[in-house]
Amino acid sequence: MSTTSAPAPRLVDDRVSPGEELRTIAMVWRRELIRFSRTRTRILSGFVQPILFLFVLGWGLSPLVGTTAGFDFKKFVFPGIVAMSVVTTAIFSAMSIVWDREFGFLREMLVAPVSRLSLVLGKTAGGATIATGQGTIMLALAPLIGVHLTVPVVAKVIGIELLMAVSLTAFGVFVASRIQRMESFQVVMQLVLFPMLFLSGAMFPLNGLPTWLTVLTRVNPLTYAVQPLRQVVFAAQDMPLAARLRFPTGITIGGHDLPIGMELGLVAAFAAVFLVLAVRGLGQTE
Amino acid sequence: MPPAADRARAPALAPATAGEPAPAIEVVDLSKRYGDVDAVSQVSFSVAPGEVFAFLGPNGAGKSTTIKILCTLTRPTSGSARVAGYDVLGQPRAVRRRIGLVFQEQTLDQQLTAEENLRFHAVLYRIPRELVASRIDRVLDLVALSERRGDLVSTFSGGMARRLEIARGMLHTPTVIFLDEPTLGLDPQTRALMWEDLLRMRAEEGVTVFLTTHYMDEAEYADRIAIIDRGRLVAMDTPANLKAVVGADSVELQTADDEAAVGALRGAGLDVRRTTDGISIFVDDGEAQVARLIGVAGVPVRKVHVHQPTLDEVFLHFTGREIREGGPGSRSGMVRAWGARRA
Repeated sequence: MSTTSAPAPRLVDDRVSPGEELRTIAMVWRRELIRFSRTRTRILSGFVQPILFLFVLGWGLSPLVGTTAGFDFKKFVFPGIVAMSVVTTAIFSAMSIVWDREFGFLREMLVAPVSRLSLVLGKTAGGATIATGQGTIMLALAPLIGVHLTVPVVAKVIGIELLMAVSLTAFGVFVASRIQRMESFQVVMQLVLFPMLFLSGAMFPLNGLPTWLTVLTRVNPLTYAVQPLRQVVFAAQDMPLAARLRFPTGITIGGHDLPIGMELGLVAAFAAVFLVLAVRGLGQTE
Repeated sequence: MPPAADRARAPALAPATAGEPAPAIEVVDLSKRYGDVDAVSQVSFSVAPGEVFAFLGPNGAGKSTTIKILCTLTRPTSGSARVAGYDVLGQPRAVRRRIGLVFQEQTLDQQLTAEENLRFHAVLYRIPRELVASRIDRVLDLVALSERRGDLVSTFSGGMARRLEIARGMLHTPTVIFLDEPTLGLDPQTRALMWEDLLRMRAEEGVTVFLTTHYMDEAEYADRIAIIDRGRLVAMDTPANLKAVVGADSVELQTADDEAAVGALRGAGLDVRRTTDGISIFVDDGEAQVARLIGVAGVPVRKVHVHQPTLDEVFLHFTGREIREGGPGSRSGMVRAWGARRA
C-alpha cells in the first residue's frame, strides 16, 4: 500500500486483530500500575484512610452498639471498610483520566488507531487491579479485629472485590470522561461517592431502617456489592443466631431475600452499562 | 540555516502530476465552518512524498483546523482530503496508522521515562514486538536523546520533551508527520536543533513533513509554503518563488555623485530610483550584480547594501498585514483564534 519511495520500511498493518487489542489493553493496564508504583503518597493514603475509618468507627462506635452474642461492631464494619477501601481506590484510579487530559496524554491515547473500548478496558483493568490489591491487603488486619479468614473465603472476597472494583472504575472513567477539570471531579465524587458509600450498608446494618432510607439503600448499586462481601466473610465466622439476626447480610426487597448470585449479577450489569457509557463518553471528547 | 546537503537530497518540489508518485496529501475544496465563521474556506493543495510543506499564517488563520481535518480529528464541512492515499472521512483509522502527530501542547506522560512513553506508543500503533526495541533505539538516536532514555520525562526541558515527541511521532514509520506549531515557545537554538531533526528524518526515512507555523524565518526551511489568511490560501510556492513574486533584489548604493550614477545606470537600461540617502537599483540576483553595477555607475561608491525580500514582506504583500503578533490587526486575529479553538 505504501505509495512513497521512502527507504524506511513501513510497519503498517491494517488488519483487525484481537491480539493487538489485547496488547493495547495490557499496555494501558501496565501504565496504570507503573504510575501507581511511582506515587508513594497515593499508596500511603490508600491505606491510611480505611485504617482511620476502621479505628474511628470500629472502636468508636463499638461501645455504643454493644456486643451481641460476642459479636461486636468492629467485626461488623470490617468488611464494609474493606469495600470502602476498594471503592475509593477504584474511583481515584479512574480520576487519573482527568489528569491525563490536563497533561495532554489523553490526546496521545485518543488519536491512536486503537478502539476506545480497549483504552477503557485497559484503564478499568488497571484501576481494578490496584483497588483489589488495596482491599486485599486490608484483610491483613482481620486477626486484629478478631475476624477469622480461610483461604477459600479470601479467594471469594478477592473475586467480589474485583467485580466491585471493575464496576466502580468503569463508573469513575465515565464520570472522568465527561469532566474537564480536577475540581469538578472532586465535587462530583463528593456528591456521588460518599452518599453511595454511606448508603451501601458498609457502615450500618440494612435492617430496621426508615422506609425512605431503605429505598435509597436498595437503589444504590454499591449495596449489591457490599452485602455479598460481608456475607462471604460472615459465613466463615462462628456467629450465634442472635448475632446473625442483629447483623443480617442479605438484601430483602418486598420481603424476599435476593440470592447472592443475583446481587452480583446486578453489579456486573452496572459495570457493563458504565463500560459502554465510558467508551461513548471518551468518544465524544476528541 | 537549512543544511545544504539535506536540501540537495530533497525530492522534486513540484506538486505531483500524472506519472509521478501519488501525493502524500491531497486536499480538494476543503471547507470548515464553525457556526457562521469560515475557519477554512475552499482550500486545495497537494503535497508530494518527502516534501517539507509549511502552512504559514497568523493565529486563527485556519492552520490548526486544517491540520485537525487532515489528522481525522475534525470533520470538514465540505470538500475532501486524502492522506497517505486514504480518505480522511472514509478511512480515518488507516490514515491515523500512517501519520505521526506532534501537537502544540505536550502530550507525553511526565511520570513515565522517555523509553516507556515510546513503548506505550509502539503498542498503540501496533509495531511488531520484535521490532519495538530497535525502532526505539533508532528514533532516540535521531533526536540525540539515547542517553536520557531511562529518565522520567518530568526531568526534561521543554525542548527535549518536544524532540522526544517528534521521535515518538516517527516511531511507527509514518508516511506523513504533522506538526502543529512545533517550535512555539522554544528558544532559537532548540528550534534550530528541532529543524535539524526534522530534515534528518526526511532525508533518512523519507517522511513527508507537514507543519504549521507563524514564524516567518522558519518557513524558509520548507520546500514549499502555503500562506493562509482568514481561512483562505492566498499563496503557495517555494520560498524563493514567493520572494520573487514580491520583487527583485535591490542594490542600494551611496556614491560620491548620486546624480551622475543614476544617469549612467539609467543609460544602461536599469531600473533605478533615488532614495533619501542614495540610490536603489532593482535587479535579479543582486549579490552577483554588485561589481557590474558599481562599474556602470562610474563614480566612487561609499556604501553598498544588497536587500533580498523576506518572507515577512511576502506575507505583507499577500495579506496586507504583518504576521507578527501585537502588530496592527492582530487583535481581530486573536479573537478569531479563540472562536476557532472553542468550537
